[in-house]
Amino acid sequence: MASIQMDDLHKVYAGGVKAVTGISLDIADGEMIVLVGPSGCGKSTLLRMVAGLETISGGTLRIGDRVVNNLEPAERDIAMVFQNYALYPHMTVFNNLAYGLKNRKMPKDAIDRRVREAAKMLEIGDYLDRKPRNLSGGQRQRVAMGRALVREPSAFLFDEPLSNLDAKLRVQMRVEIRQLQKRLKTTSLYVTHDQLEALTMADRLVVMNAGRVEQVGTPMEVFDRPATVFVAGFIGSPAMNMIDAAYLRETGSADDLDGLPHGTDLIGVRPDDLLMTPPDGPHLRLAGRVALLEPAGAESHIYVALDDGDQPITVRVQGLPMVEDGARVNLYAALAALHPFDRVSGVRVT
Amino acid sequence: MQTKRTTFSNAWLPYALLAPQVIVTLVFFIWPASQALWQSLFRQGDAFGIRPPSFVGLENFAALFRDSHYIDSLQVTLVFSVGTTVLAMSVSLLFAVMVNRMIRSRDTYTTFLVWPYAIAPAIAGVLWWFIFNPSIGILPYVLEGVGYDWNHRSSNTDAMILVILAAAWKQISYNFLFFLAGLQSIPQSLIEAAAIDGASRSKRFWTIILPLLSPVTFFLLVVNIVYAMFDTFGVIHATTEGGPAQATNILVYKVYRDGFVNLNMGSSAAQSVILMAIVIVLTVIQFRYIERRVNY
Amino acid sequence: MVENDRWGMLLSHLVLILGVAIVVFPVYVAVIASTHPPGTFVRGVMPLLPGPNALENYRIVISEGRSTAGTPPIGGMLWNSFVMAMAITIGKLSISILSAFAIVYFRFRFRMFFFWVIFLTLMLPVEVRIVPTFEVVADLGMLNSFAGLSIPLIASATATFLFRQFFMTVPEELMEAARVDGAGPMKFFRDILLPLSVTNIAALFVIMFIYGWNQYLWPLLITTDPEFYTIVMGIQRMVTGGESEPLWHLVMATVVLAALPPVLVILFMQRLFVKGLTETEK
Repeated sequence: MASIQMDDLHKVYAGGVKAVTGISLDIADGEMIVLVGPSGCGKSTLLRMVAGLETISGGTLRIGDRVVNNLEPAERDIAMVFQNYALYPHMTVFNNLAYGLKNRKMPKDAIDRRVREAAKMLEIGDYLDRKPRNLSGGQRQRVAMGRALVREPSAFLFDEPLSNLDAKLRVQMRVEIRQLQKRLKTTSLYVTHDQLEALTMADRLVVMNAGRVEQVGTPMEVFDRPATVFVAGFIGSPAMNMIDAAYLRETGSADDLDGLPHGTDLIGVRPDDLLMTPPDGPHLRLAGRVALLEPAGAESHIYVALDDGDQPITVRVQGLPMVEDGARVNLYAALAALHPFDRVSGVRVT
Repeated sequence: MQTKRTTFSNAWLPYALLAPQVIVTLVFFIWPASQALWQSLFRQGDAFGIRPPSFVGLENFAALFRDSHYIDSLQVTLVFSVGTTVLAMSVSLLFAVMVNRMIRSRDTYTTFLVWPYAIAPAIAGVLWWFIFNPSIGILPYVLEGVGYDWNHRSSNTDAMILVILAAAWKQISYNFLFFLAGLQSIPQSLIEAAAIDGASRSKRFWTIILPLLSPVTFFLLVVNIVYAMFDTFGVIHATTEGGPAQATNILVYKVYRDGFVNLNMGSSAAQSVILMAIVIVLTVIQFRYIERRVNY
Repeated sequence: MVENDRWGMLLSHLVLILGVAIVVFPVYVAVIASTHPPGTFVRGVMPLLPGPNALENYRIVISEGRSTAGTPPIGGMLWNSFVMAMAITIGKLSISILSAFAIVYFRFRFRMFFFWVIFLTLMLPVEVRIVPTFEVVADLGMLNSFAGLSIPLIASATATFLFRQFFMTVPEELMEAARVDGAGPMKFFRDILLPLSVTNIAALFVIMFIYGWNQYLWPLLITTDPEFYTIVMGIQRMVTGGESEPLWHLVMATVVLAALPPVLVILFMQRLFVKGLTETEK
């Protein structure tokens, strides 16, 4: 087991496209770090740089206390779980798990023991003689995990491992991976574009955008205090509403916007923080019409068109509210629940 | 042209892997081809070394186009290629359309129609040569019954028909398989939509199926022309040997005769160069078509 | 589709049966001819029903050959054809799969140059450059040898392209997973890529074997020693060599034997054959 240190990592592709610019990150031994961001943000590239599948254009990468910039993937003592599993289709599950160990010239009985241990841990012991094509999606996923596990590497690298599973299985595997990782205490780097996966699995998550880090923090830090407009929009679902402060001042619906830090000209408010009744203490009020009521079981989403406003506002409430499409509504948000941003830089104002 | 996202890095291995292929290509393809190019610019010396080869520029090419035999051969090749291509393609399209309508018997018919692919062109020639044999053949006997006196040893037309039949017969399997694959890749829903729009069976064929088959048809057109021009040496050589009176002397056969029988190296080389130019043009057309198909 | 078209279907069947009959006819005639005694071909028209001489005719071509026309017993020619076809097939497959591997899985200087060198072979069928190629082979002392029969024909742009095409569809991650698992390029090739290519190799094998077996012009030029005659060119010697009128019963027995191996290959491996044929052209 080992820590991973990224020091000012850069990736420039032939042709000049910059995929990763100046990323520095210290991952502690045993920590689960989730890289999250939209497609094309560089998160997969960064992971593949750590794996040794992409060359590093600049900066230093350490795994444990070794600089590994120029080492082959196999020499870095890492294991990787791929998005499409990348199981060797012509090999049995047993041989899929054993292949890496065989290549390391491990004695046969040791291979056998390790494979069976891993298979037991992942409950795939019954399938060891099957070929991957005879397995279900979830079983394949476990085999891919098993292949990483048997190696007992210093770090696991996960490249969107759950994105090929259906929603139900995804939740189940999410829980299993996290439990396993906590038990083994293996340093892990996990890439996903799914913000829910990121929030639920990470010790710390790294939100990336356009090759840069937007914010690093624990899930709750990132959720409660998004550092940028981008993070605010990306983490949390439905996405945070963004309202122009000038609009609020003009319509005069804010009780006391002066309570917000100086320089705030964009105000974020999560759909959960919008209430149908005024809270105690300083708050703001928004008036509009219900554009659409969307029941979603335990909760409902209300899309509200603000008076004189251009973008619709999303509200999330528990149960089914007593409003109809087209009805006038007033929305309230406690001042403490607002996220103040600077529109130009996109940075949170403090 | 792409490679994989990640590639192995090894300084010498890729060259070692390519070496056998590249060496064979250089020694037996590129080198002879450049030899032909070079020889085509010389008049050959005599066998006794009294008169050395002399550089004549494009004279060999000019001579070819003044030579009525060569012009005849061009015409013969044109008739032969067009005849073979049209016959082989239309018959196989007919078969493919019919077979595509079958459900249970599809595989049986396919099996019966594909195996002529395995017959060498030379053997195909011998088979048809035998059937049309003027003294004992079956077809001349039948033709005699309808008042036609078949003799491919004396009649230019008969000889041409014979080699076209033999060449086309062997190519039917190939075209059939491609047409069948093309037909099967046409979405059933399109044909159903046309049927709902009230198109009759024959209208559906001409307005929906045939246009959708046009990529396959175009591809086969090029392949068949290449086949007829270059792969049918055996058909000619094993049967008419270019006769009677040069009536079936197609270009590839003439190159061979002028080179190996008449030992006219300069002319044969010039003919090789022209043939290579034709193949290159056809290949480029085909390659552009493949690219287009990949891109859409 | 629900469509009542019984007459149309009947017509289709009729056309197809007629078509199959025409396609089969030349070979049927050959088989029939190979069962008749020599006298049949002297008088009148060739019969359409089998004759009594099948065993005798096949015995003659297999064990005696036709010494008058300088053709050896057929056994040797069949063997030569087989060796040549196998050598061409295995040669083509090996050098093509290796070069496709290099082109797809490595990035190196002159990669495009090599690609075009290989591509050129597609443009230069042996028939169009026959004289200079013959000279090269003669200069290398490869006349009358299996090496001369096969090596000049084993460069194959088609097979290289097919393998390249197939390798491009192999998921990227497989190679990456193998690298993480500690496999170098050749180990990846042997352990992963080769086993995955088995179907493609088999399909190409069928096509290439037929190609090799049916070679005609090349063996005609390269072999002057009857010991190296192949069956397909041997037939031509039998038709044109010797007497004015060929001994048709023996020629046709030879034709049947010459056509049998590739036809059997197609019939027994039809699925692979169709795959090989249609995919080599993509």
